[in-house]
Amino acid sequence: MADLTTDFVGIKSPNPFWLASAPPTDKEYNVRRAFEAGWGGVVWKTLGEDPPIVNVNGPRYGAIWGADRRLLGLNNIELITDRPLEVNLREIKAVKRDYPDRAVVVSLMVPCEEEAWKKILPLVEETGADGVELNFGCPHGMSERGMGSAVGQVPEYIEMVTRWVKQYTRMPCIVKLTPNITDVRKPAAAAHAGGADAVSLINTINSITGVDLDIFAPEPTIDGKGAHGGYCGPAVKPIALNMVAEIARSPEMRGLPISGIGGVTTWKDAAEFMVLGAGNVQVCTAAMTYGFKVVQEMISGLSQFMDEKGLTDTSELIGRAVPNISDWQHLNLNYVTKAEIDQDLCISCGRCYAACEDTSHQAIAMSDDRVFTVKDEECVACNLCVVVCPVEDCITMVEMQPGQTDPRTEREVVKEYANWTTHPNNPGAVKAAE
Amino acid sequence: MDPKMLTEGIVAGRREAGQLADAFEDLHPPLSEHEALVAADRCYFCHDAPCTVACPTDIDIPLFIRQIATGTPEAAARTILSQNILGGMCARVCPTETLCEEVCVRETAEGKPVVIGQLQRFATDTLMAADEHPFERAPSTGKRIAVVGAGPAGLACAHRLAMKGHDVVVYDARPKAGGLNEYGIAAYKTVDGFAQAEVNWLMKIGGITLQNGKALGADLRLDDLKAEHDAVFLGVGLGGVNALGVPGDDKDGVRDAVDFIAELRQVPDLTALPVGRDVVVIGGGMTAVDAAVQAKLLGALNVTMVYRRGKDRLSASEFEQDLAASRGVRIITNAQPVAVHGNGAVREVEFAFTDDDLKPTGQNFRLPADQLFRAIGQTLVADGLPDLDGRKIAVTGAGRTSVSGVWAGGDCAAGGDDLTVTAVAEGRDAAEDIHARLMG
Repeated sequence: MADLTTDFVGIKSPNPFWLASAPPTDKEYNVRRAFEAGWGGVVWKTLGEDPPIVNVNGPRYGAIWGADRRLLGLNNIELITDRPLEVNLREIKAVKRDYPDRAVVVSLMVPCEEEAWKKILPLVEETGADGVELNFGCPHGMSERGMGSAVGQVPEYIEMVTRWVKQYTRMPCIVKLTPNITDVRKPAAAAHAGGADAVSLINTINSITGVDLDIFAPEPTIDGKGAHGGYCGPAVKPIALNMVAEIARSPEMRGLPISGIGGVTTWKDAAEFMVLGAGNVQVCTAAMTYGFKVVQEMISGLSQFMDEKGLTDTSELIGRAVPNISDWQHLNLNYVTKAEIDQDLCISCGRCYAACEDTSHQAIAMSDDRVFTVKDEECVACNLCVVVCPVEDCITMVEMQPGQTDPRTEREVVKEYANWTTHPNNPGAVKAAE
Repeated sequence: MDPKMLTEGIVAGRREAGQLADAFEDLHPPLSEHEALVAADRCYFCHDAPCTVACPTDIDIPLFIRQIATGTPEAAARTILSQNILGGMCARVCPTETLCEEVCVRETAEGKPVVIGQLQRFATDTLMAADEHPFERAPSTGKRIAVVGAGPAGLACAHRLAMKGHDVVVYDARPKAGGLNEYGIAAYKTVDGFAQAEVNWLMKIGGITLQNGKALGADLRLDDLKAEHDAVFLGVGLGGVNALGVPGDDKDGVRDAVDFIAELRQVPDLTALPVGRDVVVIGGGMTAVDAAVQAKLLGALNVTMVYRRGKDRLSASEFEQDLAASRGVRIITNAQPVAVHGNGAVREVEFAFTDDDLKPTGQNFRLPADQLFRAIGQTLVADGLPDLDGRKIAVTGAGRTSVSGVWAGGDCAAGGDDLTVTAVAEGRDAAEDIHARLMG
């Protein structure tokens, strides 16, 4: 059995599955249940200054559902903890004392003033918590008060606060980033420059999940009005994966530990974050949808996957796909594939035909008796037919071999790698030395 | 109509080999991977799930279904097998319609449960196809335990004990291990020799020795077993069959349904297995349905199942009743046998219609029959056993009998339904109790 133990910035946990700072980690009661269910760690819901903030008394969540009401995306307008600081600190201490083998990291959000950070950090340190996470990500409510994503959108603030934190505590410091920016590498680099031990991402994305078309108000609706919330859940995973990958492959931040967050629902999601460079993952929506027990599938699945791949330690998994993250301009233009339809599997629905004929390259032929075949001379290998086909593996992309002639371009497929940077159509192409 | 269908008497070869192969094919063909994913997707991952509560072996059903949904059926199989080592057979034979699937919230809401049994089979078949045994033996404890009966209870007990590091000898009276899995279930529920394949796979845990052809009473004495082992588990099942107790009960052509079912499972060529033209099965349980349906599939022209109480009291589930009906079996309720007529061999069976209190209404009828199957329950053959509770071995806790050092479980023990899955649970729990006692 693979060893799922992880060491993230010196914080050990029996598995890489942590609960993200969010409603599931707001109280001792919840966190104890989480640890009993098997979670490797938690990031305690964000603490702030007293007096505690208040929350709305109407709905805090909006959602997007798939067929059969599967929850695909969740939006929330809940703020940081609304309980007194002292209560949270006392509970954190009790939980950490009883679960010494689990990671307990405390999320923090106080104003951008040195005194505020200087004051709260020793209080957290006294609980025995393993580290702190700086919440520079919350996009709703707190950002209107100059905290959360309002800080995360200004790299200089990130660096400044991170420095204060590193100055006033010995605890590892994780900086949680907002995705509501144009280039996630900038805030990550600022955290790195400020001395952060790690970054975690993504926090939630500004969103309106829907509009009540009877009262013409965004959802969730509070007394006829709605405010944007933070979007999370399976729907945001692709965005999060890309942001994690951008940081992981950035030469300036090589080796900066990343805690991957954003739509992790199954072991497979976690494995994807980890191979893209995340040292562990944080989960919220999956737990809020299915309960804490959902971690058991993540543990068994990741363990089985690692066994099947012959990996014994999570460190062998982390970052394994990073060398394969490329820029478009470096993709091999001499790699040629063609779609192929398995006639035994085809159920003759014609979706591939409609997609290709209407919206793409007219590369699929349809016979009078509903047999669908690929026209290699038209197929640009876009993969759209594969994507829309309801039958798994019915349409596959088959690689052409060197020496074969691509019927579309009438050019011979060559083995040599060649990309856009040297392509004759590229005005900026670098000419090989003559 | 094929004239062979009309031939009177108990004769072989009523149907061609090809027809028989089709008739006895898998009742529920296995799910393809895609079908399994779609079926798994319907599970809501309920909290404190009713399906798990309804499962006698407490399999964590939502977890294993989620593991299927996330592409790890092998992990799903481990979840199943850690609770129920015969999860493969139970997936095939459990009356899920009265257990997990009956209480599935989607059954309640839509009348369409998640197909838990078929998903369980998908998972366990995947793991077993890889020829993997997912458990390892603990270091040897040096303890020796006798398990009497290689049926579901005995096998589950033996496996759990072996896993804990004990050495186990399993004795069974029959030539093959498996008990009712091998001898007592309709062929279409467990095709392709699955019962033996499962036993062989289970034995891979190591530390279990099988001794066939050893019956308690005839070849083995409980006192000897006790003396030679650190503990004894009795999973001997119910070897006897209830008699009809009506005149003519001993005529030719009158037979125990369990014997017919066992013979059908063992015969290498179904065209060689004789069956009557007019078959009557007396009883209202699973055994009656298994016998009736299989008689029909073999080519009997008329098969009638007769049960003495009302339809609502039939112990065969709605699903089983529908299965019988769909195969052409007629079910008559509120009728009890009063005589078997015939000169040497059975020719007719006479019944009296009864009211719901089993009182004859005064109206009798006769069914033509050249073969009559008794399926009115089995009994314990109780020579030299621990104290009984009614007609079964009395047990307290996890199968402790009145004799110290002797445990019992499965159909031979009092309490619990006579189901494969219940037997597995009892065998497993007795093993845990034996282990605790021996090592505590």
